[in-house]
Amino acid sequence: MAEQNPSPDQLVQISYAPDGKDWMNPAVDFRKGVYCYAAAPKNLEYVGFPNPREWQPFDKDWKLPSDWEQIILKGMKERLEKYRSFRLFMDICVRCGACADKCHFYVGSGDPKNMPVLRAELLRSVYRRYFTPAGRAFGRLAGARDLTEDVLKEWFFYFYQCTECRRCSVFCPYGIDTAEVTMIGRELLNLVGCNINWVMEPVANCYRTGNHLGIQPHGFKDSIDFAVDDLEENIGVRVEAPINRKGAEILFVVPSADYFASPHYYTLLGYLMLFHEIGLDYTFSAFASEGGNFGLFTSHEMIKRLNAKIYAEAKRLGVKWIIGGECGHMWRVLHQYMDTMNGPADFLEEPASPITGTKFENARSTKMVHICEFTSDLIRNNKLKLDPSRNDHWKVTFHDSCNPSRAMGLLEEPRYILRKVCNSFHEMPENTIREQTFCCGSGAGLGTDENFEMRMRGGFPRANAVKYVKEKYGVNLLACICAIDKATLPPLLEYWVPGVEVGGVHELVGNALVMKSQGPRETDLRGEPLATRKDQKAHA
Amino acid sequence: MNFFYALVGAIIVAMLGYLGGSWAGLQTIFGVVIPYAAIVIFLAGIAYRVVRWARVPVPFRIPTTCGQQKSLPWIKAGQLENPSTVMGVVARMTLEILLFRSLFRNTKAELRQGPKLIFGENKLLWLSALAFHWTFLFVFVRHLRFFMEPVPALATALESVDGFFQIGAPVLYLTDLILLGALAYLLLRRLLDSQVRYISLFADYFALFLLIGLDGSGVWLRYFTRTNLVEIKQLAMGLVTFSPVVPAGMHPLFFMHLFLLSALLAYFPFSKLMHLGGVFLSPTRNLANNNRMKRHVNSWNAPVAVHTYQEWEEEFRDKLVACGLPLERQ
Repeated sequence: MAEQNPSPDQLVQISYAPDGKDWMNPAVDFRKGVYCYAAAPKNLEYVGFPNPREWQPFDKDWKLPSDWEQIILKGMKERLEKYRSFRLFMDICVRCGACADKCHFYVGSGDPKNMPVLRAELLRSVYRRYFTPAGRAFGRLAGARDLTEDVLKEWFFYFYQCTECRRCSVFCPYGIDTAEVTMIGRELLNLVGCNINWVMEPVANCYRTGNHLGIQPHGFKDSIDFAVDDLEENIGVRVEAPINRKGAEILFVVPSADYFASPHYYTLLGYLMLFHEIGLDYTFSAFASEGGNFGLFTSHEMIKRLNAKIYAEAKRLGVKWIIGGECGHMWRVLHQYMDTMNGPADFLEEPASPITGTKFENARSTKMVHICEFTSDLIRNNKLKLDPSRNDHWKVTFHDSCNPSRAMGLLEEPRYILRKVCNSFHEMPENTIREQTFCCGSGAGLGTDENFEMRMRGGFPRANAVKYVKEKYGVNLLACICAIDKATLPPLLEYWVPGVEVGGVHELVGNALVMKSQGPRETDLRGEPLATRKDQKAHA
Repeated sequence: MNFFYALVGAIIVAMLGYLGGSWAGLQTIFGVVIPYAAIVIFLAGIAYRVVRWARVPVPFRIPTTCGQQKSLPWIKAGQLENPSTVMGVVARMTLEILLFRSLFRNTKAELRQGPKLIFGENKLLWLSALAFHWTFLFVFVRHLRFFMEPVPALATALESVDGFFQIGAPVLYLTDLILLGALAYLLLRRLLDSQVRYISLFADYFALFLLIGLDGSGVWLRYFTRTNLVEIKQLAMGLVTFSPVVPAGMHPLFFMHLFLLSALLAYFPFSKLMHLGGVFLSPTRNLANNNRMKRHVNSWNAPVAVHTYQEWEEEFRDKLVACGLPLERQ
């Protein structure tokens, strides 16, 4: 497959001049590498979604239900009455174009329909045609167009070329959030069975087993046990990692990739070491074994259906509060949706660190604390003994993940930790970090292999900023707090800026953590020799 | 094409006003009936649109956070960019509405050899948008001298500031220059920037042409036609006191000015110009990022189908037993 993909040199030949055609004529080319495969029927059936069937986007006939237009228009009407964001964002855009070059997909592809304003216009034009007097009366002149099968295909193409990262919304003078538009757009597509497998398979898996990868409880336990054994071998300390233990103080929820994928796994090792060292009374859950929530990329209803297990499990296990691991979109759901959807969590207590006594007042209602909030508080109160030189083989930069930065504002906590656990930390240019951070290009369910070219295009602005710090400071590790980042940034960086690895913040915490019951460390959590040892060897 | 249709549309509107004003028999219609109708449509339309938006629930609290959250006490929270309190939201909205904070962030991405992606300064859109909106407000306030007796002090004060340089007779108002300049920039940008031209609809040009026509005809009336201000005041005062009279012999250009204004007012509630009302309601800006501190209630929150722990335990019972995980029901 790799040899068929365009090279970076080919990909970077991007023209930003629009093709001169009228955008209102729908035109989509489902060529290889820029779209995701359709959802397998079994995954739709499992969660009771409409129109399960075998089909692919490049098929001429999408096998839509016979009354699909009515279904979509009815769905639009319903959502216009349920979401002020949707109705408002359909109405108030002035097409100033400030959002245009803020989208990583537009920057990386030059496709004018990837300008956030036009992505939204794809839907707005239909809204105008059927829901506004001007659009009904004047049609095209009022920017309105009929809902046709080609328009629907265009929706599918471009709503699955948006990672719902919200960067455009930072720059919009009215705060129009394309993520809202895309989310509703995808909900509408779902009503007629137009969804992608890379979203629907994790959804179905998560609904059934509790996690995206479909890992059953014994598999979950095996993974955690493996990590415990691995740690013992690596650092000589046997940690506890309880699962489904009733009466623990804290439920700990992580994205499933943390215990099943690399380099996420090293972050898991970091958590385990940290919790062991401070003697935290916590438990994992094999049922709530996923913090991530691909419902966010499907429909609001599906968010709620998948998220429900977290509070349910906290209640069943009788914990006092919850900590969540490193994950981006998971934290959008936990921060902006969970309490509203599945709260109030009045059976839990206001979170307070058992080690420092700090009350996490910012989480007093939702009762769920981000691991970076928890750890930065530990460090601030001198509860951890850290040896940052153990990360001296890394020159680190930090990639703000879209959701923690733009749907939460978790900016300083991870930076504070990083500055304490490593000696060499360098920021990327200011237009590419914090609230202006660039997406990995593979979020919102688009991180699949068949979508490779579009992912490389979408991730180009991020990778280009990494290239800058690599060349300027010799950065060789990009730290992040998102499981999708950890899965999709390695191939992205391999493609655009080889020689930069990807790791989690708590992997670096694990490296630097000096544990009471531990001898000298020879290697980091990846089994790589530490820089000091390397130097000594070089001198020897 | 959108450009030409909009231009033709605006010219037709202007010509209608001019012709209507040229014919004495129609002057009451163009001077009284249409302005009244336009005001009614404007006010009722805006109210209808805003109420319609306001009646739609805000199911989730979804602020776009543009700064540090309020979390631990020793981390400085960005209350302006990521407010966690009502006061913070008010401050954020004030910056947004009065100074166009978000637009101020605007940059221009440029791809250079290397490949190297550069983000350059790009404040012209912000500057021209700000210049347009503020000078339009100034001009509006200045016009109060036609509608109020005695002339409000604010209008007089603005006039003296506006004509500070005392150029020409009648004194040149700076706002007239800036307003026309800003509108010209906004129009040229739409035409010359290929990306913005690509996204521009009829409505985008039409609003600009109406505004340019309105402003242009006003400037022409003041500096070149030198219309009789007493007559205009007589008409304006008549309108606001609901005892309208149309003085004889008013210049047709004045009716064109008035008709362009009427057209703009009547068009307003049906157009993108409603961003004036909408910006106040934008859920990504007008909500505090206090999501985990205070529960946000969704008025239509309904139960959904979930996979319960009990169902899960039943399905995986054998496996739970085999790996030694505790069971709820033995």
